[in-house]
Amino acid sequence: MNENDIKEVIFTILKRLAPESDPSELAPDENIRKALDIDSFDALNFFVRIDEELGVSVPEADYGKLNTLTEMLAYFSRRLA
Amino acid sequence: MAEFCMPSLGSDMQAGTLIEWRVQQGDRVRRRDVIAVVETDKAAIEIEVYEDGVIESLLVEPGEKVAVGTAMAVIGTESAVKEQAMPAISAPGMHRGKVSPYARTLAAARGVDLNMVIGTGPEGAICAADIEQAAPAEPAKPAEQPGEVAEPTQRAAMRRAIASAMARSKREIPHYYLQTRIDMHRTLQWLASENAQRPIKERILPVVPLIRAVALALGEVPELNGYWLDDHHRISEAMHIGFVIALRQGGLMAPAILHADALGLDELMTALRDLIQRARSGGLRSTEMTDATVTITSLGDLGVETVYGIIYPPQVALVGFGKIIEQPWAEDGMLGIRPVLTATLAADHRATDGHRGAQFLDALNRYLQEPEKL
Amino acid sequence: MTNSDKGLHKLTYREAVREAIREAMHKDERVFLMGEDVGRYGGCFAVSKGLLEEFGSERIRDTPLSESGFVGAGIGAALGGMRPIVEVMTVNFSLLAADQILNTAAVYLYMSGGQFNVPLVIRMATGGGRQLAAQHSRSLEGWYAHIPGIKVVCPATLEDARGMLWTALQDPDPVLIFENAGLYNMEGTVTATAGPVDIDRARVCRAGKDITIISYSASLHKSIEAAAILAKEGIEAEVIDLRSLRPLDEQTFLNSVAASHRALIVDEGCRSGSIAAEIAARIMENVFYELDAPVARLCSVEVPMPYAGHLEQAVLPQVDQIVNLVRKMVGADG
Repeated sequence: MNENDIKEVIFTILKRLAPESDPSELAPDENIRKALDIDSFDALNFFVRIDEELGVSVPEADYGKLNTLTEMLAYFSRRLA
Repeated sequence: MAEFCMPSLGSDMQAGTLIEWRVQQGDRVRRRDVIAVVETDKAAIEIEVYEDGVIESLLVEPGEKVAVGTAMAVIGTESAVKEQAMPAISAPGMHRGKVSPYARTLAAARGVDLNMVIGTGPEGAICAADIEQAAPAEPAKPAEQPGEVAEPTQRAAMRRAIASAMARSKREIPHYYLQTRIDMHRTLQWLASENAQRPIKERILPVVPLIRAVALALGEVPELNGYWLDDHHRISEAMHIGFVIALRQGGLMAPAILHADALGLDELMTALRDLIQRARSGGLRSTEMTDATVTITSLGDLGVETVYGIIYPPQVALVGFGKIIEQPWAEDGMLGIRPVLTATLAADHRATDGHRGAQFLDALNRYLQEPEKL
Repeated sequence: MTNSDKGLHKLTYREAVREAIREAMHKDERVFLMGEDVGRYGGCFAVSKGLLEEFGSERIRDTPLSESGFVGAGIGAALGGMRPIVEVMTVNFSLLAADQILNTAAVYLYMSGGQFNVPLVIRMATGGGRQLAAQHSRSLEGWYAHIPGIKVVCPATLEDARGMLWTALQDPDPVLIFENAGLYNMEGTVTATAGPVDIDRARVCRAGKDITIISYSASLHKSIEAAAILAKEGIEAEVIDLRSLRPLDEQTFLNSVAASHRALIVDEGCRSGSIAAEIAARIMENVFYELDAPVARLCSVEVPMPYAGHLEQAVLPQVDQIVNLVRKMVGADG
């Protein structure tokens, strides 16, 4: 799975959580939760869906490292490598 | 025989639209069965019945909008106890003064009570401008918005419903506010080690131990759990904690986690997840909309430190949580860094005094220092 | 606007009517004009001045003072295949021909079992305001609009004065054209290519969102003037020119009232049983729930038209009355 595939998965999940938004307009270093107004419940739902779609279980301690698209892509690429 | 009437699903509700019947004439129903779905200004709500019996007749057609208290069905009850129908409150349209036809149309569409509007038209007639004044139309959003975004009129209706409840609260309830800072390191540490062992789906969010602690603390200060009704303070035996949920399209709801005091952390997490999902997608039940005995609002996700809440009438208390922030903390003569939560209590001074409120916050703090007991 | 280089040319309402007649006479040899003093005198209002010289006495025919006689002759000519334009000096005198118009022209098609159309055009002057007193100042177009079988049109603009006649002549049934005598001297411009226009649709002359003023003929210009004054106060009045009273293009004014939620009808006729009453009724029937104020009418005061100029003006609808009424209706009267 390359970065584009991962990005696709992330966008699909974000779109479901924030239907009125357009995740493809996110800047690479934008704070996603703030940009899309995602609360802690939806943040948890996001990681549940990531687990289902990518098979990557993100430990709670890593939540804070995954604020932007750049961070997520790097993190998931590494975990999937 | 009993009449099944349009329930009031909140102090701000004046009328509801029947979306569907879930029963037919002749069906046997039991207390708490969902028998109808009603659309209010806030959402489509599943309505439960309050007695056992047989549906004798359905009086309202789906699509009809009727005032709170209007009989919707006749239920033959085994216990021949005669239930008295709630008196119908005056619905929009009962106004006898001069109202222009267009103003009436607008008022009905926006749920404005004409009795509350002062006419400024010729001969004191209520005209469209007066309705606009009372309930301005929300500017239409671009039409291409996808998803479950409510129609502008519905959004406007929710805004007005919130406005009416909050204005009533500030008008009638003498609020007092108490605030305390709570060291959260024990609870968060305990939660982190607990979550580390769990698959993602079973992880617990920090707000859940907070709700649990509120439930336990209310057990010690039950006066905060209940209502102020007809000049009397009524303490509720059941504890249904309303949880404020912001909706993505704007507005909010505060449906209740029923019997929250009987739920452990995992059950609370499940209940809350379910409630949030249904609040956002529709499918809340009438008891969840009406029965909250106290409310919690948590704005921590947005980085807010302190919440000074407005009580949802006729409740008598609202607990607010801000963001958990690392702060310098002095304890036992030592200075350290701790994750700190600011908890507030807004309470109705008619029902309780600051002393009892302080005892509640003290108990709340105590429970959060012993997370393993939650 | 008045630059003739742009294909516009300046003329009066009277000249526009005359051009329309000339054009029709040139285009169709079945067309002829008859009426009192239309030939040698050039028409009581000088509309047909010069036409006798141009077309000769066969086609520009002076008639005796007998409205019933020459309107009847016009009906006969139309039945015989001609396309007559009958000029009745004013609507007041048309009452002498009312039987011919209402009981013959209007019903002949029906009474003949659909065999005979009456392609007749009757032009007449209407309206007050020129100190011609009670017997010469009536506005009875609303009366005629009561009768099925005829069309009743009221050109208020130069374009309509220029363009309605030809369309009326093409109509297989009788068409009455009412020319408000106060408009004959109105000057303006029309394009050189101005030609036939429809005679069955109302027109929005000025767009506005706060109130709809429905009018026609001379009152239209008072309504437009009032709308300009109101616009300076921030009140945006939509002004509709009915153009035709029968058929009545109700959709145009109903749509407008549904959007503005208020309606004022300005009509030079007397109020009781007027076309204004008909319009008000249709608004109630169709867009009642859109109304934000009672429908209002401004009509002539119900007295015989006075001779004295100031009294006559007091009887007729005036611009300041329209302005005041609208202010009240939109709640801007302080």
